[in-house]
Amino acid sequence: MPFIANTPAQQKQMLKEIGLSAEGLFADIPKEFLKNDFNLPAGMSEFEVRNRLASLAGKNYIDLTCFLGGGFYDHFIPAAVYAIVSRSEFYTAYTPYQPEISQGTLQAIFEYQSLVCRLTEMEAANASLYDGGTALYEAMMMALRVTGRNKILIDDSVNPIYRVMLQSYTKNLSIELEQTKNQEGLINRKQLLNKLDDNTAAVILQNPNFFGCVDDFTDIAEAAHKKGALLIISCYPISLGILKTPGAMGADIVVGEGQSLGLPMNFGGPYLGFMATKKDYVRKMPGRIVGRTKDNQGRCGFVLTLQAREQHIRRDKATSNICSNEALCALTALVYMSLLGKEGLKETAQLCADKASYAWQKLTSIKGVKPRFGAKWFYNEFVIDLPTNAAETAGKLIEKGFAAGFPLSRYYEGMENSLLIAVTEKRTKQQIGMLAESLEAVL
Amino acid sequence: MKLIFDKSVQGRKGVMPPMSDVPTTIHIKKEFLRNSDAALPELSELDVVRHFTELSRRNFGVDTNFYPLGSCTMKYNPKVAERIASYPGFAHLHPLMPQLRIGGLLTQGALEVLYDMDKFLCEITAMAGFTMQPMAGAHGELTGIMIMAAYHRDKGNKKTTILIPDSAHGTNPASAAIAGYKVVCVPSDKDGMMDVQELKKLVNSETAGLMLTCPNTLGIFEKNIKQICEIIHSVDGLCYYDGANLNAIVGKARPGDFGFDIVHLNLHKTFATPHGGGGPGAGPVGVVEKLLDFLPVSLVVKRDDGTFALEYDKPKSIGYIAPFYGNFAIILRAYVYILLLGKDGLKRVAENAVLNANYIKEKLKAYYDLPYGQVCKHECVFSASKQIENGIHAIDIAKGLIDRGFHPPTVYFPTIVKESIMIEPTETESKETLDAFIETMIELAKIAEDKPEKLKAAPITTPVGRLDETAAAKNVDIAEL
Repeated sequence: MPFIANTPAQQKQMLKEIGLSAEGLFADIPKEFLKNDFNLPAGMSEFEVRNRLASLAGKNYIDLTCFLGGGFYDHFIPAAVYAIVSRSEFYTAYTPYQPEISQGTLQAIFEYQSLVCRLTEMEAANASLYDGGTALYEAMMMALRVTGRNKILIDDSVNPIYRVMLQSYTKNLSIELEQTKNQEGLINRKQLLNKLDDNTAAVILQNPNFFGCVDDFTDIAEAAHKKGALLIISCYPISLGILKTPGAMGADIVVGEGQSLGLPMNFGGPYLGFMATKKDYVRKMPGRIVGRTKDNQGRCGFVLTLQAREQHIRRDKATSNICSNEALCALTALVYMSLLGKEGLKETAQLCADKASYAWQKLTSIKGVKPRFGAKWFYNEFVIDLPTNAAETAGKLIEKGFAAGFPLSRYYEGMENSLLIAVTEKRTKQQIGMLAESLEAVL
Repeated sequence: MKLIFDKSVQGRKGVMPPMSDVPTTIHIKKEFLRNSDAALPELSELDVVRHFTELSRRNFGVDTNFYPLGSCTMKYNPKVAERIASYPGFAHLHPLMPQLRIGGLLTQGALEVLYDMDKFLCEITAMAGFTMQPMAGAHGELTGIMIMAAYHRDKGNKKTTILIPDSAHGTNPASAAIAGYKVVCVPSDKDGMMDVQELKKLVNSETAGLMLTCPNTLGIFEKNIKQICEIIHSVDGLCYYDGANLNAIVGKARPGDFGFDIVHLNLHKTFATPHGGGGPGAGPVGVVEKLLDFLPVSLVVKRDDGTFALEYDKPKSIGYIAPFYGNFAIILRAYVYILLLGKDGLKRVAENAVLNANYIKEKLKAYYDLPYGQVCKHECVFSASKQIENGIHAIDIAKGLIDRGFHPPTVYFPTIVKESIMIEPTETESKETLDAFIETMIELAKIAEDKPEKLKAAPITTPVGRLDETAAAKNVDIAEL
């Protein structure tokens, strides 16, 4: 039997030594509940399983040239990332409850927390959350705790996938989740400031936003703070290689999806939710946190800290129910950022923006294709309006070998012809040229 | 050892990004750019590889040491699952693909994995349908309670409380509270099981449901489980099964047959996906027929022509609790595990997990206090109460184990046992390993009696000794800025 060490003879021997029978081990379960036969397949050999899964993997089309983004990006992953996170001393360990034999994981998380702070220019970060969407939910809950208020303003330029998640999570709670509407791809400042009142716990914004547009929210941070509200910014970590940071804008809580930092797209997960905040709010922050301390001989070491906020101590009074986070994904992001380094991250961030600008120029010079928002500022993603239905046209481009972008009609009214196009450092000038040619051909 | 930042040398480069083949013309105003570069370390690829290889040596993992961490099911993680998860056909698949026109047809392999897992898990637990979205056990709990709330809202029930036993994992009350419920604690009886008389007193028309782990965190099967579920159902409450301990009964018995309505499973426990140093896990949630309408969207369905598709149109659904289809690469590993073992293999999992736990229990009960002596399931819980007489606590036993090459059991949980030592060996460990562990535990019990001061100094073989956790919480130092 695979993965069971003891032979039938050993099992018998062990039963004999402890004076029990095989049936006796399960005699405490009422007989009516013991089931003999399950409608499951018989076991397979490793060889057969690999063949079967190789065949299933082959049914997934990964050869399309990818211009899909929407918060989840096809970035280059150096081989050393995989080599390091494949060390089973990391991936077969669990939450570092015993610090003396978990210094590897603990120091890595401390370094990860430090890098998240340096990237976002914030003062404190946690050890990770499940993904960018649940991180945004946790940020919202944290803002409610910090302010003791119950209204949240969120702009519709925040990732719509995350907005629907927040709606689900707040259904059974007395939270007023009010949405503001973008104007030409950017936040409508007048409308937003009008709705910001003394009951507002937080304003939630995204930069670059879902349409790829770039903004500076310093004025919003000031306005929010004047009203006693927090500013939560969701961001795209690669873009922070060149973009003004949420910390510099005055954000109180920063979250985002860390998938772009060395994690494969994996059909939706596992990903990495990161969270950073100001020092004053550390004790209200959810999730695991690693701290630096000394051992009994004065040597520097790392431990899980501020555990009094957490579920295993505080139970129903905890800041969050989170237990497992995404430690291995945080390690991946740390290794990725360490390999790219200061210059590499900046170059990667710049490359994405350069290539997106090139693609924007190429695509918007096709007859009938227009930039949706005029000549606005964008990072590596932008919206174009086609003369035809975007979903249909994107469908035709699949046949030409392109995942050409994300049609926005699914989430935005009046955007039937709009296509959201993402460009990463992996896309070549030639691929962009071919996309433009193919688009022209199908219009 | 040094932090990675301390190894940085100005101007040194690791990996080179792809070459630029386009002009440098960005569409970003200067005011929107960052003032100074992010202070990432500057290292060669070798520097980075050495740093992390050195860190990895400062960890215990299942691959390096016996890891009997109670309640965490630290079983061996088959290598083939890692290999398959790295197949480009899975790893490089963009999650938005199925939302493109004909996109579903381009992701049939991935959708089939999700569909099959739904069916497998339904059969294993006696549920009618699963969502794969929850990304960890606690996330599954929250999802399950949201489904519970949606059910009561739909029926017009006014429910405010959730009952949870005193032996439960901390995530249970935390999840219930975060979902908007008041938590009511149910005490255990002298046999370590839920006190049914107390339960009857606590149940009323306000009861939304009950959250229960079975076998419970003492490793004991709740013999009154059927009656407990009936009591909850009598007030139209729902019974939630925390699947943390499914390894004890997988392939033998099913929570749905006991009377449970909602189940979450920890794929990283029972189904052998690696724990990753604290995640990523996966916590799929299953429900009985009457709750199917409330499952999150999207769900994978099989069409008449044999193809798979995503279904979004479910008006009573609680909505999205994750952006896509959950931690797909973890679900994939668990799928591989189920295929490898098959129905007979799964049954042997529970049988051997239970045998190993009882073997340890019987061999150690003369040396450590065993508050609940009956047949246990996949784990057994001792107390260091005998050792306390000599000033030795559970934590000292734990640290002594470290010096002898073992990861300690879970200590100080469950909290209803004083100085608890919770041992879960799992089925993948051999008699030889168990015997070596037992021998060491006996040795430690003797040291605790003869030379207790020796244990107070442990561990001495690790890169650092016992760390000052109080100072860490007081002088918060959580980032090198």
